Amino acid sequence: MRYFADVAALARKDVLLEFRSRDTLPAMLLFVVSALVVFHFALPADTSETAETGLLWIALLFTALLGLARAFVAEREQRVLDGLVLTPCDRSAIWLGKAIGVVAFLVLAEVVALPAFALFFGPLSWELVAAVALADIGLAAVGTLLAAMAAAGRARELLLPLLFLPLVIPIVVGGVGASVADHPARYLGFLGLYDAVFAILSWASFEYVVTE
Amino acid sequence: MGGTALAFYWVPNAPLEGFRQRIFYFHVPIALTSYACFGWAAWKGLRLLWTRDRRYDLESYTAVHMGVIFGILTLLTGSIWARTSWGHWWVWGSRQLVLFLVLFLFYAAYFMLRFSVEPGPRRANMSAVYALFGVALIPVSFLAIRLAEDLVHPVVLTHDVGSKLTGSQITTFLVCLAGMLALAATLYSNELAGKRLDVRLRELREALQ
Amino acid sequence: MISARGLGRDFGAKRVLRGLDFEVPRGGFLLVTGRNGSGKSTLLSLCAGLLAPTAGELDVEVDRGEIGYLAHEPLVYRELTALENLELYGRLYRVPERRERVGMLLERFGLWDARHERVGAFSRGMAQRLALCRTLLHEPRLLLLDEPYSALDDDAAGLVDALLSEVAGEKTVIVTSHDPERISRFTSEELALG
Repeated sequence: MRYFADVAALARKDVLLEFRSRDTLPAMLLFVVSALVVFHFALPADTSETAETGLLWIALLFTALLGLARAFVAEREQRVLDGLVLTPCDRSAIWLGKAIGVVAFLVLAEVVALPAFALFFGPLSWELVAAVALADIGLAAVGTLLAAMAAAGRARELLLPLLFLPLVIPIVVGGVGASVADHPARYLGFLGLYDAVFAILSWASFEYVVTE
Repeated sequence: MGGTALAFYWVPNAPLEGFRQRIFYFHVPIALTSYACFGWAAWKGLRLLWTRDRRYDLESYTAVHMGVIFGILTLLTGSIWARTSWGHWWVWGSRQLVLFLVLFLFYAAYFMLRFSVEPGPRRANMSAVYALFGVALIPVSFLAIRLAEDLVHPVVLTHDVGSKLTGSQITTFLVCLAGMLALAATLYSNELAGKRLDVRLRELREALQ
Repeated sequence: MISARGLGRDFGAKRVLRGLDFEVPRGGFLLVTGRNGSGKSTLLSLCAGLLAPTAGELDVEVDRGEIGYLAHEPLVYRELTALENLELYGRLYRVPERRERVGMLLERFGLWDARHERVGAFSRGMAQRLALCRTLLHEPRLLLLDEPYSALDDDAAGLVDALLSEVAGEKTVIVTSHDPERISRFTSEELALG
């Protein structure tokens, strides 16, 4: 189907752009590990496992923010977004392609962050990994849409976190809950619900964010 | 119209429970009115996206503004109620309070968004989309807060109101609710008219140049 | 093909276009002139559908897949190669026989040898030529060209001359230019802004 061919072409382009920008990817990975080290020093000796897990989620959140801040930089600087918007492809395909790119970026960061966390703080449960996977979808979905919004305004470095943080509070709840609670299934289900609701909403409304 | 709203608002509350409980008659209607405003804003936003008629932008924006005003009042009255009930100005155990904090942050960012983008069709579109996200966030956040209680603060604090609502209390409550909604509607139309006037003035000034 | 009635566009408080009426028939060639800041680029953006009018009406009787838009910026990714950029646009525009068409355009505008280079390494003239390739890739019926000669040396400018003489009368064209004399032989209508 044409739509998925478009999405594939766009996603490939985004992943290609990620890897071409040689500076940001290693910086990203270094940031994540540094953050975890800082957390170790920031926590008192008898901190519960719950608190440590909470900090992991904070680290993921801010990693996502850093990744999203770069999401539409190329499109904005060169006004390429106008070029893409002019093509006959569905604008939501632009969102989907970009969101896939963001998920890829997050997964890459987590491939480093999660083992580092296990090394520094203690073993991971599979529920945590599942929660991270589900959270990635939600973060990428709303983050991509909000990044496009922020890119259209001034003070975009400040605007994106302001828009992003309130909207992803439920993800933090779901994520931490799934990681530490006795009955993680509820939290994983909740993350799935969040993803469904906000992915559909983002998919449907991206068109209006990039056109007039 | 304003007079009617105020008349409703100031109807004396039947002091059947302790004095401190009376804030319930303010707090909950204010909260419900706030939800109503956000819902209205989302509806107007949807209409804008549907019809591409930019008149809805002002309506949606004004509704969000009203929602935030009533939201702040919710936080204030909720805080007072928390103080009188449990001795603290802020309690994380109160679902309403936490929900409104999250919503306040969300809709405050709405204004940041509007301030940051140049006025025009693009800004109108984005604001409408954001208002729709807000209305989706309300139930999702509420669910999240409920789930979070098991993790973070096992002591859930609710005001013991629900169990014993007598007839006159319900009536008073409904009257206050109606009054609040009327007040919101009045403020909304006033502000909307004022904004429309500003736009018209600007247009006339432009035309004369 | 294009008609405007009372067309206006504001940016916040600034009114860039006001009360424009014009028509461009099919196969017409409109030259838009005006000093800097008079709204020439804005007008082209409006015709492309990237901006919506804030006053008046604008009718453009072509689908967006049939519009070729050359802007001030080349609208290409600096981190991708020339070939990758055109490949992407080729896919999105559903260009038939994409590879051949891309190759043909790159050759025509003298970029074949540079096709595997990142656009970030291009000179401004090369980037402009790539932008022309992008604009023509999908054989659009409506061409919107914003200062097509900018950053081009004489050889490349000759390519644009050739292009314009090829499309004049065949396609509908709107051009903005600081150098109207060069284009006047193609022009059927003129619109002065500002």
